[in-house]
Amino acid sequence: MVEVTAKYFAAFRERAGRGSESVATNAATTGDLFAELARRHGFADPQMRCKVAVNDELVEWTTRLENGDVVLFFPPVAGG
Amino acid sequence: MAREPFRITRTPIDPEAQKQTLIADSAGAFVGFEGWVRDHNDGGAVNALEYEVHELIAQNEGEAILAAARERFAVLEVACEHRVGKLEIGECAVWVGVSAAHRGAAFDACRYIIDEIKRRLPIWKKEHYVSGESGWVNCADPTLGAMSSRDRSS
Repeated sequence: MVEVTAKYFAAFRERAGRGSESVATNAATTGDLFAELARRHGFADPQMRCKVAVNDELVEWTTRLENGDVVLFFPPVAGG
Repeated sequence: MAREPFRITRTPIDPEAQKQTLIADSAGAFVGFEGWVRDHNDGGAVNALEYEVHELIAQNEGEAILAAARERFAVLEVACEHRVGKLEIGECAVWVGVSAAHRGAAFDACRYIIDEIKRRLPIWKKEHYVSGESGWVNCADPTLGAMSSRDRSS
């Protein structure tokens, strides 16, 4: 079990109704945590189209979570 | 790695001023790209756009993209500016400029940079429609149970 802060952006923030929350989870990786939070909040975008960052650096969906991590969930991007 | 001339801005982009920063005596070609806010997307009439950004990661990714373009193509100077916040129809949302000795590398590098910018930067675009509705471009709308009609990269 780790305790992390999840932060949501753009469509995810609006869907979750909040910009961030503290999460106590058994999820081992960023991907596991995304699956858990997507179920909780009803995020519909497939993981492969989204991005994740830990402590302000982009990481993989296989990155392991550590206590105190700040995990940023990015819905599909649309710059330009 | 030297800092690359990539900028996130909340004020209007000035393409002519940007272009001046790329001038070099050995340059035989300049290619510029401007992404503009258009009044429609997938059949919906658009009033305005709102760009949201994660500024630190967007800055790091933007600089990495420009550095990669310098390595991959025979260019002299590269630069890019992306606007965020609320934009009106016709405004410039993103500008890319490349100078090179020859046009081939300038075109190729410019295309590479804008494609990577669209693919990698944590920037999101919310469209405000004439109908009064709004939607996030490229994102699934869970209330529709599937991808929305706006799920298309432009």
